Amino acid sequence: MVEAQVVKRDFAARDPQSHLREADNPQSEVVRFGRDKPLKLDAGVELSPFQIAYQTYGTLNPQRSNAILVCHALTGDQYVNNVHPVTGKPGWWESIIGSGKPIDTDRYFVICPNVVGACMGTTGPASTNPATGKPWGLEFPVITIRDMVRAQAMLLDHLGIEQLFSVAGGSMGGMQVLQWAASYPERVYSALPIATATRHSAQNIAFHEVGRQAVMADPEWRQGRYLTEGTNPRRGLAVARMGAHITYLSDAALHRKFGRKFQDRANPTFSFDADFEVESYLRHQGITFVERFDANSYLYLTRAMDYFDLAADYDGVLAKAFKGTPTRFCVISFTSDWLFPTSDSRAIVHALNAGLARVSFAEIVTDKGHDAFLLDEPELSGIVRGFLDSAGAARGLPAKA
Amino acid sequence: MAEAARAPGGARVDHLLVAEMVEPRSRVLDVGCGDGELLRLLEQRGVDGRGIELSREGVNECVAKGLAVIQGDADTDLADYPDDAFDYVILSQTLQATRRPRDVLENMLRIGRRAIISFPNFGHWRIRLQLLLNGAMPVTDNLPDSWYDSPNIHFCTIKDFRELCQVAGARMEKSLALNPWGAPLRLNAPYWFWNLFGEQAVFLLSRKERTGPRARG
Repeated sequence: MVEAQVVKRDFAARDPQSHLREADNPQSEVVRFGRDKPLKLDAGVELSPFQIAYQTYGTLNPQRSNAILVCHALTGDQYVNNVHPVTGKPGWWESIIGSGKPIDTDRYFVICPNVVGACMGTTGPASTNPATGKPWGLEFPVITIRDMVRAQAMLLDHLGIEQLFSVAGGSMGGMQVLQWAASYPERVYSALPIATATRHSAQNIAFHEVGRQAVMADPEWRQGRYLTEGTNPRRGLAVARMGAHITYLSDAALHRKFGRKFQDRANPTFSFDADFEVESYLRHQGITFVERFDANSYLYLTRAMDYFDLAADYDGVLAKAFKGTPTRFCVISFTSDWLFPTSDSRAIVHALNAGLARVSFAEIVTDKGHDAFLLDEPELSGIVRGFLDSAGAARGLPAKA
Repeated sequence: MAEAARAPGGARVDHLLVAEMVEPRSRVLDVGCGDGELLRLLEQRGVDGRGIELSREGVNECVAKGLAVIQGDADTDLADYPDDAFDYVILSQTLQATRRPRDVLENMLRIGRRAIISFPNFGHWRIRLQLLLNGAMPVTDNLPDSWYDSPNIHFCTIKDFRELCQVAGARMEKSLALNPWGAPLRLNAPYWFWNLFGEQAVFLLSRKERTGPRARG
């Protein structure tokens, strides 16, 4: 059983250099912006120099009209359709992206960047601060979803792509999609915000706060200076991940998968070992997470999601964000997603209707909770494929051969 | 509904009739669009079509076909659309299933410059005869559901519908009575004749003139 091996593995201080390697020198493509191209942040400061790590799949056509930007979620990264360099796992959206899949790499040029504030190659708290030669840590400025999108726009300028055929993403990725549509409507031909919302609810912020407190309560966190001091707040980050992971599932699915089954035993042990299967499963989720994610990045990215409130930039009237938009939208939600429930998606549709935008909206029946957008859901595939095919036809892209 | 008549080419005859009433290049909302067949037909004719449908299966099928359809309820969600958002709002064979037909009609004429409504005519002679002779709710090819299983809660006759138009401030620009297979009864006749012999009806409505400029909320 995998769990037993993982628990026994030696977790003495992981070499901090390995983490820095990926943060500064990712295995994916990377573009470095010098002092002449600073990233202006909502916090009122500039980030310069900075870099963006990204992966591309497929080929850009001569008209540069077939590019799809895929935005990853909180703990995702740019390795959306190939093997992850640290974990060896398959790409996080292989259910939707690939040859012949709904986001068809034979027809579209797919770009997946790592967001600003993350830790897999785009500048973030684990990256080296050129002013000090040490990792940024908490001196890294607090970034927002809009900052992420601003940086992505600079990446597209660098790649010479003026208009994206589509922007797609789920959860935090969906927030980026909505921000793209609001900030750069002329650059987004179609938008696929999935399992997302235009703002975090109080409950969502509360869950994130618990996760952040878990990280900061770990004595090895050292006020964010763990990389410099050679420690590793892996326990706090693992607990944060365990809590968050529960919000990504549904009560029904957890019960269906685990129920009250014991892990490899017939009776309770009357101790605090992982007696139940679900406990063992969560511990495994926590342990594998800390191998590939930076604790400070978790603080920064959850913060960005909490700060996101699209209507706030438009006098609190969401409809104004999309007024007159030329973009076509396909909004998708899942019935058992209680983190970003269907009511959040309906609010988006309502605002789009008020702005007379062209919108499709589908709610998919599933018990897999928020994480459903990452899983193999035939209805989701059918909808994404149908939407992109029809948008492609309207744009003049060639139909599937 | 009785198996709808189809023209060569496969399109339903009643859909073609509705499509003929719509000018090309206009913007249309199909309320209760089902599997999107009418919307597809309209889009082939250069119309910018949108849809709203109650059933999840219908919506997902439409969206998978690339149609701009959202999941929603005609009784509650039409209020979300702004005034004059559409050139035509279509309500196909759905009026009798709405909870508040007058509100639905008034909303349709608010959000669209014109409305196209088709419905089964409860005044047809076969229905009157069944009620008279059988003393029970009629079951016909066109209305096959038993009264306790039917989604249809607001039946009306062509005469009733004309009265609703008066009450709701709608001008009747065009009307057609259809046979059970959706083909028009092409005869010149007064309304009482259609009320007896038309199994279904299609009406093209517009707003009556307002006395002054409409106040914007």
